Amino acid sequence: MDVRTWTFVLVGLSFALYIGVAIWSRARSTKDFYVAGTGVSPLANGMATAADWMSAASFISMAGLISFLGYDGSVYLMGWTGGYVLLALLLAPYLRKFGAYTVPDFVGDRYYSQVARIVAVVCAIFVSFTYVSGQMRGVGIVFSRFLEVDVTVGVVIGMAVVFFYAVLGGMKGITYTQVAQYCVLIFAYMVPAIFLAVMLSGTPIPQLGFGGADPESGVFLLDKLDGLHRELGFAAYTDGTKSMIDVFFITAALMVGTAGLPHVIIRFYTVPKVRDARVSVGWALLFIAILYTTAPAIAVFARANLLDTVAGQPYDAMPEWFNKWEDTGLITFEDHDQDGNILYVGDAERNELTVNPDIMVLANPEISRLPNWVVGLVAAGGLAAALSTAAGLLLVVSAAISHDLLKRAFRPDISERGELVAARISAALAVVAAGLLGISDPGFVAQVVAFAFGLAASSFFPVIILGTFTRSMNREGAIAGMLSGITFTAAYIIYFRFVNPGADTPENWWFGISPEGIGTVGMLLNFAVALGVSRFTPAPPAHIRDLVDRIRSPGDVGKTG
Amino acid sequence: MPDPDAYWARNLRYLSILLSVWFVVSYGFGILFADALNAIRIPGTGFKLGFWFAQQGSIYVFVVLIFVYARLMNRLDAEFGVLEE
Repeated sequence: MDVRTWTFVLVGLSFALYIGVAIWSRARSTKDFYVAGTGVSPLANGMATAADWMSAASFISMAGLISFLGYDGSVYLMGWTGGYVLLALLLAPYLRKFGAYTVPDFVGDRYYSQVARIVAVVCAIFVSFTYVSGQMRGVGIVFSRFLEVDVTVGVVIGMAVVFFYAVLGGMKGITYTQVAQYCVLIFAYMVPAIFLAVMLSGTPIPQLGFGGADPESGVFLLDKLDGLHRELGFAAYTDGTKSMIDVFFITAALMVGTAGLPHVIIRFYTVPKVRDARVSVGWALLFIAILYTTAPAIAVFARANLLDTVAGQPYDAMPEWFNKWEDTGLITFEDHDQDGNILYVGDAERNELTVNPDIMVLANPEISRLPNWVVGLVAAGGLAAALSTAAGLLLVVSAAISHDLLKRAFRPDISERGELVAARISAALAVVAAGLLGISDPGFVAQVVAFAFGLAASSFFPVIILGTFTRSMNREGAIAGMLSGITFTAAYIIYFRFVNPGADTPENWWFGISPEGIGTVGMLLNFAVALGVSRFTPAPPAHIRDLVDRIRSPGDVGKTG
Repeated sequence: MPDPDAYWARNLRYLSILLSVWFVVSYGFGILFADALNAIRIPGTGFKLGFWFAQQGSIYVFVVLIFVYARLMNRLDAEFGVLEE
């Protein structure tokens, strides 16, 4: 069978599986819809969280990015995993004990304030919405690459599938579909990685393989890359070019942003007990780590493969995949010196080759001449990653509208049935809006991803921590903290990304901190303002202090003991 | 009679120890001291130590930290009579 047939078969089978799971596990109450009836086992929730978290960017783009960034790519590896430690130790158990449906629920109740709730709702919607448009775009791209349909058609197919199981199934449907999607995506990621590891380093374990040596020459792969990079005028692979302070702040912003992302946090509302929430984060990170420790290995294999195949070689001798990806515009070659050879060097003036990082994962099976079914599998895996994340994000948007705004702020008397209908309608509207945004303006989507993390880091994380770890944090402090954190972070990113993109260079950044890393400063500002303001404003009422005591332990210490 | 403040103090102690480890393996070994550690190689491999912590080691330690915390807290819950059935 050819690649296209395999892709149709594998993508079709995986979609049938998701829809089947969604029908079997559809939501019957608002509790089912928002938190899957709090009946999800910690292990299943761990898998669902891993699929929820790992997006099209993790699956398709990350390994390629690291491949070009070398050491600098570590910001993504540490940043997108280290946040789970914060989540397990500082957030998840307390939020589970509190027992709400959404993040704004916690903020609104703990800070006894509708204003705080509304600020949190706006942040949750904004963060999730920017993120979900990127996922819909990712679905469209995978469809267009592998099935040769238009990106728009791809987005519409993706919308239809997510629409079906998110609107029907709510959190319960999403959870069990995500478990299935995790299995598909991790299998699809590991198969080519294992093939590559065997070919390039002689061991089937990618995590060990990229520290290994080329079976023929006996030279360590990483040494070979460092050497080639030096020759061609790139920074050494294991060194990178970003300044230490920027690496530090970006890593911190991604970690704290991860821990503050509402669609990740709410997954830990779905387990039965506080102890399940703690261990479930561990399972989630274990499942995530399988992919995240493989990605840097793929990065090294792909980089070595690419340099071996193209650098300094005659254009006419390029294999078939090179021309195929040239047609898609993801590889471009301009023969400046007209010598027919591909000059690939660090010097931008002389360099003749541009490679889009996404290719590294998408084209790897072809570059390495793996069987056709592996190519189809990668397509199914990319779709699983994008769809699972999109569904989780859409649920946050719909719950923010139907639960936080309608039920908790404007129409407290709404019936259970009415709220469930409202939740489904808002999920449906969110799917359509996200799809349209994904179709219309892809550049915008790429620019605002830094936003999602920066805003999550500078808004939710500090107020949830302060709400649990201090009894004295009050309404005024929390609102002032959130507003100053978001305003500062948003202003910095908007200035460098939209108002004055020409100035977006290390010399102009404050203390050398890039817009990606500024969320860390926003978070510190949020903490500082909140603590400062709370000292000069009235302390929270007594029942809030009792609430804090209650969420600090799974039971009532001292009362039952 | 178990004391809620004692429970919380123990929790905070676990947190400060585990978060110190979290900070040291990632921001310490992976970033601040990465250059110094890169002078050392993991024997028999091509990994420079700082680079390895940044792209592999820190992630393994993160996973272990979470399971250790979950275990410590289950024991603490049992000790204070708040373990959920």
